[in-house]
Amino acid sequence: MARDVTVVDYGIGNLFSVCRALEHCGGKVTLTADPEIIQNSGRVLLPGVGAFAHGMEELARQGLVEAVQGAARRGNALLGICLGMQLLLDESEEFGLTAGLGLISGRVVPIPATTVAGQPQKVPHVGWNELLPANEGTTWQGTVLADTPVGSAFYFVHSFMAMPTDPAHRLADCIYGGARVAAVVARDNVVGCQFHPEKSGEFGLTLLRTFLA
Amino acid sequence: MRKIRLIARLDIKGPNLIKGVHLEGLRVIGSPEEHALRYYQDGADELIYMDSVASLYGRNNLSHIVEQTARDIFVPLTVGGGIRSVDDAAHLLRCGADKVAVNTAAVAQPSLISDIARRFGSQCMVLSIEAKHIGEQRWEAYTDNARERTGLDVVEWVRRGVELGAGEILLTSVDQEGTRRGFDIDLVKAVTSVVNVPVIASGGMGKPEDLVDVVKKAEADAVAMADILHYKRAGLGDIRRHAREAGLEVRSYGA
Repeated sequence: MARDVTVVDYGIGNLFSVCRALEHCGGKVTLTADPEIIQNSGRVLLPGVGAFAHGMEELARQGLVEAVQGAARRGNALLGICLGMQLLLDESEEFGLTAGLGLISGRVVPIPATTVAGQPQKVPHVGWNELLPANEGTTWQGTVLADTPVGSAFYFVHSFMAMPTDPAHRLADCIYGGARVAAVVARDNVVGCQFHPEKSGEFGLTLLRTFLA
Repeated sequence: MRKIRLIARLDIKGPNLIKGVHLEGLRVIGSPEEHALRYYQDGADELIYMDSVASLYGRNNLSHIVEQTARDIFVPLTVGGGIRSVDDAAHLLRCGADKVAVNTAAVAQPSLISDIARRFGSQCMVLSIEAKHIGEQRWEAYTDNARERTGLDVVEWVRRGVELGAGEILLTSVDQEGTRRGFDIDLVKAVTSVVNVPVIASGGMGKPEDLVDVVKKAEADAVAMADILHYKRAGLGDIRRHAREAGLEVRSYGA
């Protein structure tokens, strides 16, 4: 029972890899779009790739907005991945302003087209990048990153980035174009990672194991 | 600072992992799934599967191998060979691929590049190019394992492909492929100097020094290797260590 995990199936992207990775880590996966099951699950994973507005539309169309919010408000563990992480915030600037789940206050904004030094940079940010504590004194102990060494690399693919209002809700950043980009956001039981743990090799699996523990 | 990606390339024919020279004279190496798993465990940053007979749906089809492989591989997987439509791409992505590599169909119908990029994002759309040296600083793009000429100049074709939405270039030197004589530095340099998407150098890696060369002299973003791994001339751990000692940034993957 301890390793049960519910993966929200709202028709966004490929869930094969994330389900396989969870199973590989000993998770007992329920892939479902049933709001009842999601709301009552002790551990929920919200995946997702693609556009923010499309993700919210699909969640709403399947009656899953309240279910995911409900699971979070009950104090159940919720992990959003990639778009699933961005959806945790209040709103996104992708294709006009779109409301998100509002579980972590803040906004999702485009990755700047230039580096800090003013050079043009590649967007999307694709590839392996290293995690650093977001703030001085940020500790990963007791979080989903408890078993993750500082500086381990994860696989990112994204064009937008999360900007939590409260810096304390940033757990880990990576550096892209000289600027900090939120890599892991967290507020109590609600956690989101911008990268794909299911594509990040052994460190990714370690993170998922911590989430399942 | 960009991290150089070390990519294991697996060429597939039917149910087998194969390896040739100049993409011809194919020799059976073994099971693709077993080799893929070993390379993943040895720390490959990504894997590339290329089906040399482009049998997406037939017997011993590629999708089945991809599905089996993706079950135990937790790094990005690029699959190429026989992709002729957006639906083919969608099918492979559902089987567990993260990116698709397209060559022949993109040459025949360049709009396919835009269609795939629009539907799945440019990071999913890898333009695969088989390049043959035809004169001083000139290369021609080939298709079908270097059997068919296209008349396209490689550098021009790369530039056009990126404009159409290709998010990455898999650049295979037919002349160097399978020879272990090192990469075609001039070719890679000619391509990296005209586009700002990542370029994967493929074909010719015989020893770890070759990787350092193609990165330092030609600014390759990633290196695909096959022969050196399949015949165990060097392991990914040794190659990574060598790259790091030579001053390249590579991923640290624990263990």
